[in-house]
Amino acid sequence: MNKLILGRYFPGDSWIHQLDPRSKLLACIYFIFVLFLANNWQTYVLLWAFTLLVMYLSGVSFKTYLRGVRPLIWLILFTVFLQILFTSGGTIYIDWGPITISEFGLTNGVYIFCRFVMIVFVSTVVTLTTKPIDLTDGINSLLRPLRALKVPVDEFALMLSISLRFIPNLLDETQKVMDAQRARGTEFGEGSLLKQMKTLVPIFLPLFVSSLNRAEELANAMEVRGYQTGEKRSTFRQLNWQKRDTLCLLFMLALTIGLAVLRAEGSILH
Amino acid sequence: MDISLQQVEYRYQANTPFERLALKNVSFDIPEGTYLAIIGHTGSGKSTVLQHLNALLKPTKGKIIIGDTEINAGQKQKNLKKVRQRVGIVFQFPEHQLFEETIEKDICFGPMNFGVSEDEAKRRARDVINQVGLSEEFLQKSPFDLSGGQMRRVAIAGVLAMEPDVIVLDEPTAGLDPRGRKEIMDMFYSLHKEKNLSTILVTHSMEDAARYADQIIVMHKGEVFKKGAPEEIFAAPEGLLEMGLDVPEVIRFQKSFEETCQVKLDHICLTIEQLADAVAECMKRGVPK
Repeated sequence: MNKLILGRYFPGDSWIHQLDPRSKLLACIYFIFVLFLANNWQTYVLLWAFTLLVMYLSGVSFKTYLRGVRPLIWLILFTVFLQILFTSGGTIYIDWGPITISEFGLTNGVYIFCRFVMIVFVSTVVTLTTKPIDLTDGINSLLRPLRALKVPVDEFALMLSISLRFIPNLLDETQKVMDAQRARGTEFGEGSLLKQMKTLVPIFLPLFVSSLNRAEELANAMEVRGYQTGEKRSTFRQLNWQKRDTLCLLFMLALTIGLAVLRAEGSILH
Repeated sequence: MDISLQQVEYRYQANTPFERLALKNVSFDIPEGTYLAIIGHTGSGKSTVLQHLNALLKPTKGKIIIGDTEINAGQKQKNLKKVRQRVGIVFQFPEHQLFEETIEKDICFGPMNFGVSEDEAKRRARDVINQVGLSEEFLQKSPFDLSGGQMRRVAIAGVLAMEPDVIVLDEPTAGLDPRGRKEIMDMFYSLHKEKNLSTILVTHSMEDAARYADQIIVMHKGEVFKKGAPEEIFAAPEGLLEMGLDVPEVIRFQKSFEETCQVKLDHICLTIEQLADAVAECMKRGVPK
C-alpha cells in the first residue's frame, strides 16, 4: 500500500512546484489530448523530449517516476502485446493464422507503449508536485463555470477535499486494524479465494463502523463551527495566476504547433 | 517465554523516497515473567518495537528471538502463527478491532483462528469476560451497543482468550476515566502475577511505569536511551527531563519534601503508599531542624 507513488505529494520547491494547480491540471489534460496527434517517430521524439524536460524540471529523481510506472507495467505490456499480435499491415515478419507480427503491429506497439508511459509520467509530475489541497482548489476553480448548469460545484469540492483529507487516515486505520487482526491469528493472502474473502470481513466491518462514527463527528464539528450548505462562502486559500502559468500554457501551445508541423512533414515524407 | 532483540534496525518504506529510520541498534532481553515498561516521547519508536515482538514487523537488520523462533532480517518466515498465539498484543484503542455480531463470537475469533475448538473457545469467553469485569449476560449482545469503556474491555478479553504467555499493551488505558484506568491496570498486574506472564507495557504514564514495572526502557529517537529498574531510571531524571519526559509525581513530591525539610528518605519511592510509609517513618524519627 505504501509503495504507491501515483497520487502522493513530494515536497519541493522546483519551477513546477510553484505553478498554479489550475495551469498544471489544464496542461496535463491538454497533454493527454495532444498525445493523439502524434503519428510518426519525429512527433514521438518531440513528445519524449517534452516529457523528460517536465520530469527534470520537477526536481524529483527519475527513479521515483520509474517506480510510479512499475505497478502498471503488466497492464501496459499486455496492451502492447495485443497490438503487436493482432495488427496487420506493412511487411509481415511472422504469420500464424490470425496471429501476425507485422511492421505496423510493431510500430503501433511501440507507440502505444510510449503513450501509456508518457501519460503516467506527466500525471505523476502533477500529483507529485501539487499538494492534494491545492489540487482540489484547482479542480473546484476549473469546475466553476458548471455552476451555470446548476451543478453543485461547492458541495462537490467539499466532498472531494474531505475525501482527500481522510485517505491517509483511512489507510493508517486499515493498517492498524489489519495488524490487530493479524495479532489475533488472521493470515491475509493465504488459502482459497473464498477463505481470503472471508478474512476481509474483520477489516471492512471495523472500517465502515469507524467511518460512520467519524462522519457523524465531523458533521457535528462542522455544524457547531457554523457550516451551512448552500450559503455563499469565502475562501481562505486564494489561487493566484502568475506569469509562469501563462508561460506554461504558451509552452503547451508551442508543443502543439511543433507536433502539427512534424505530423504534416511526416505525411509528406510517406 | 524469553524474548530477545539483537541490534534491531527498522526502516519504514525502505528503498523509497519516503524511507524513514524508526529503530537503530535496539538490543534488550525480556526474560520470562518480567513486567517491562517502555517509555519515550511520541515518535521515539516505542510502538515500532512493540510490533516486532510478535513479528508483525520484521527487522531490516539484526534479529529477534521469541521463545524458540528466530526472526532474522530479510528472511521469509513461515509459521508465525505459533508466535502470534503466544504473544498477545492489545493495540491502542483496541475497541476499533471489534467486528462480530455478538461479543461471544468476537472473543472466540482469536482462539478459533489458532485452531481451538468452538466449545473450548466459548468456555474461554465465559472466563475472560469475567476477568475483564463484565458479566456473562454481555456475551450475547452486539459489541456496537456498548459504551467505549466496555468495548475496550471486550477487545482486551478477545486477546486474553488466546491465552498468551506474553502480553503486550500499547497504552491500554488511553482515553479511559481514572477509575477504569486503575481497574484495567490492576487487572493486567494480577494476571501477570497469577499466570507468571511476561508483560510489556508501552505508556506515557510515568505513574503506571513506576507502579507496575520491574524494568523500564527509555526510548529516544529510535534508540534505547536507558534501561534499568524504575528506581534507577527515576533517581537520576536529568536525561528524562531534557527529552520532554517527566518523573512520577510521587518522586517530585519526595524531592521537594527532602529539600524543604532538609532530610533524605531511605530510598526512592515509586508509589504513594511507599512514600506515605517513608514519610511516616521519617516523622517518627523526628525532623531535624
